[in-house]
Amino acid sequence: MNIIRLMALMRKESLQIVRDPAAIAIAFVLPVLLLILFSTAISLDIKQIPIALVQKSTSTRAASLAAAFTGTKYFKVTVVRNKKVVVDPLIANEINGFVEIPGDFDQKLASGDIDGLIHIVTDASQPNTAAFVSNYARMVVSTWVASHVSGLAASPVAITSRVWFNPDVESKNFLVPGAIGIVMTMIGTLLTALVIAREWERGSMEALLSTPARSAEILVGKMLPYFILGLITTLFAAGLAQWVFNVPMRGSWFALLSLSAAFLLPALAQGLLISTLAKNQFIASVLALLSAFLPAFLLSGFLFEIDSMPTVIQWFTALLAVKYYIIGLQTVFIAGDVWSLFLPNIGFMLLIGAVMMFLAKLKTPTRLE
Amino acid sequence: MTSETVVELSEVTKRFGSVQAVAGVSASIPAGRLIGLVGPDGAGKTTLMRIMAGLILPASGRAVVVGHDSADDNESLADDIGYMPQQFGLYEDLTVQENLQLYADLRGVARKKQAETFATLLRLTRLAKFTGRLAGRLSGGMKQKLGLACALMARPKLLLLDEPSVGVDPVSRQDLWAMVEDLLKGGMAVVWATSYLDEAERCSSVFLLSEGKVLYSGAPKKLTDRLEGRSFLLRGIVTQRRKLLADLMEQTFISDAVVHGESIRVVLHEGRSPEELGKLATSLGGKIEAVPPRFEDAFIDLLGGSSSRRSRIAEKMPEVTGSETNIIACDHLTKKFGNFTATDNVSFAVGRGEIFGLLGPNGAGKSTTFKMLCGLLSITEGSATVGGHELLNASKKAKLSLGYMAQKFSLYGLLSVKQNLDFFAGVYGLSGKVKKERIAEVIDAFSLGPFLNSDPAKLSLGYRQRLALACAIMHRPPVLFLDEPTSGVDPITRREFWSHINGFVSKGMTVMVTTHFMEEAEYCDRIGLMYAAKIIALDTPDALKKGAQQGPEEPTMEEAFIHLIKQQEEQQI
Repeated sequence: MNIIRLMALMRKESLQIVRDPAAIAIAFVLPVLLLILFSTAISLDIKQIPIALVQKSTSTRAASLAAAFTGTKYFKVTVVRNKKVVVDPLIANEINGFVEIPGDFDQKLASGDIDGLIHIVTDASQPNTAAFVSNYARMVVSTWVASHVSGLAASPVAITSRVWFNPDVESKNFLVPGAIGIVMTMIGTLLTALVIAREWERGSMEALLSTPARSAEILVGKMLPYFILGLITTLFAAGLAQWVFNVPMRGSWFALLSLSAAFLLPALAQGLLISTLAKNQFIASVLALLSAFLPAFLLSGFLFEIDSMPTVIQWFTALLAVKYYIIGLQTVFIAGDVWSLFLPNIGFMLLIGAVMMFLAKLKTPTRLE
Repeated sequence: MTSETVVELSEVTKRFGSVQAVAGVSASIPAGRLIGLVGPDGAGKTTLMRIMAGLILPASGRAVVVGHDSADDNESLADDIGYMPQQFGLYEDLTVQENLQLYADLRGVARKKQAETFATLLRLTRLAKFTGRLAGRLSGGMKQKLGLACALMARPKLLLLDEPSVGVDPVSRQDLWAMVEDLLKGGMAVVWATSYLDEAERCSSVFLLSEGKVLYSGAPKKLTDRLEGRSFLLRGIVTQRRKLLADLMEQTFISDAVVHGESIRVVLHEGRSPEELGKLATSLGGKIEAVPPRFEDAFIDLLGGSSSRRSRIAEKMPEVTGSETNIIACDHLTKKFGNFTATDNVSFAVGRGEIFGLLGPNGAGKSTTFKMLCGLLSITEGSATVGGHELLNASKKAKLSLGYMAQKFSLYGLLSVKQNLDFFAGVYGLSGKVKKERIAEVIDAFSLGPFLNSDPAKLSLGYRQRLALACAIMHRPPVLFLDEPTSGVDPITRREFWSHINGFVSKGMTVMVTTHFMEEAEYCDRIGLMYAAKIIALDTPDALKKGAQQGPEEPTMEEAFIHLIKQQEEQQI
């Protein structure tokens, strides 16, 4: 490794990054866009689901239960007297379900038939929402029964639930750190794969290989500038998340940078590996999107919980460096410095990175074929 | 020092898939000499260059370069060679200075010596004024000079230049030659790959490659000398010289004949006396004049003489008739891309049955002018008519009256040869019986029969060219546009191609052609010289050459071109 040659290659690469609008866009514009998207537009929180309440009984008790429904924070209730009028809005997707308080409500209540007290109909074309409507409607009923019907199912112990770490259960607090993981995947894998493929396309790789520069120097000279760019983007995106989008960060900057640095190794190695397989930009970008961007989006636990994936897929996610990174990022932001979690995750990322690096080095040409 | 051998190739072979790129080449290259690697496209020049640069390993045989076996260690080999690939190897988003700096560091030029080295190189390349400019914004010639500067940064023992003069204007080409000659004095060996035969004549020794084999090695002069007393110019026959050319090619004593301005250049077969030709000339009212042989004459002769005959397809074509005299006309034609003016105030007219050439270096605005006339680019200012149709308001009609052969073959790689013919016939509005007839006609005339189900991309360049031409003329257009039709094509194929063009023209078709190839310009009736978006001269090839004549000898087309460009630049000052 010759320091002068390495420095020359790094300076060249850095100049190219600064002059390449695409690199700047991915490093600094993409984070802004993703953060806006995930902190405002996309939300996994459930609020104000529209449902209808078919109130067939006119008794005071039935009216009291109806009031319990209209008073909840999660339902937007329209009260009607006749079941027929709710069918059309249900089909038209204007409501997500309806709750029917039957005419013999008082009798059922008197006989203690709590389960059959009301009918719940939900629109299962949106299964998650349907399950929520059904569960939450049951909860409303049991709460009402507990407080209004003495001697019936009044539970001896009052259950209160508390949510730790993310008390408002705001989805942006864990989506935004995940978005940073996506940006880093783009910088690490997509950008490096593209710039090396570009050198092949433009023929400058041929000229580089014919100089005394060793292949290790060419590789390191390529990767280090992108490594530094990745860390700068981490700081930029995390600052943006904290101070512009009001996502609290409870952990330290040191932990954040350590995780990012560890993640960049496998991400860059993957980019290198792709570029050794595909020597044109189009194929390189498709490979990078399929092998890095999509898994980062779908299988990293960023949007979908890994625990609810099929077992085989869960095993597969263990091979994804981005999974360890996003868990780490979410922890840094929401919980704080939990080194007992970070250290093994950093270890896994470095291990995956080392394997990929080995493969990339094995495949890196010192000749044209 | 000069007796030292820099490169020793022994029985080197290399195959890519089914293509034998290099088929057993042995060569020895001494220090301090300029060696030409000459041959048509696909002859194996680039592969051989890459083998010498250690970038490709030969499948069999040995390549010893500057004392290193290329199979052992291409990294220590790299210390001793400079290599300029066809695509320059420059970083277009770095400035001239930054490119120099990068390659100086990579090639281990000591920091203390760098300033001095850069100053020398910038003076030689005349790029000193442009150090802060991005390499991507340089002209083709400037890029090539910068690429050369980067390759010879550390004064290597061997300098490999792969087609360094492609797309370079004649003025920059002179600079390149001057730089190389300077290096040779220092004892460096330079290998210059080229498909231009006029460049081969300047090398001290050449390797003539064809299909991966060396056909000739030695001094170019020795090969040319074999032709002494066999090259003639047939002068004084102004009318119908293209028809005469076809007649000449059928004479058994003639090895090769091409149009040369207003004359015809003829090469006799070995052992035939010039008397037969002299008689023929007298009977036609002309005379013959012995001329010194050119390398191209020798090249054709070495390959067994020109094989092109009368164009069968042209004979089947009906005479093009019509009343307009100016088939193509443009008036103050201008095209701007943003701030950049690609074509600046160009006016000319082309008559029926004329071959009009637009000549100029890459980036001079030839293709832009051309594309406007074909209706492929909108016109910023001025007006143009093709076949009597105004391009601005009747571009559909104008398009139907022309055939267009693009610079890069616009054939569909996923369609077979037959399907391409079907497609283009359909696109140009042929159908039914006529379509069938025309397709059968071109298949027969261009001998495409055996390849009907092949993928066009797998055909040789010569056959791809035939197919592209076939697709452009099936609808029998009165006007034919050819954009760099024979770039990279060997002289044999080029002659065959022109035998068709000559045939079409004698039937009254009008042909407009762009070329950066000076030799091809001689085939045209009139030439417009384009330089920096303007037409700087417009006349017959002979008149252009005469106008630039300074000594007793008639200048070549290239010398005339350089003269005109310099004149133009002086006027601007």
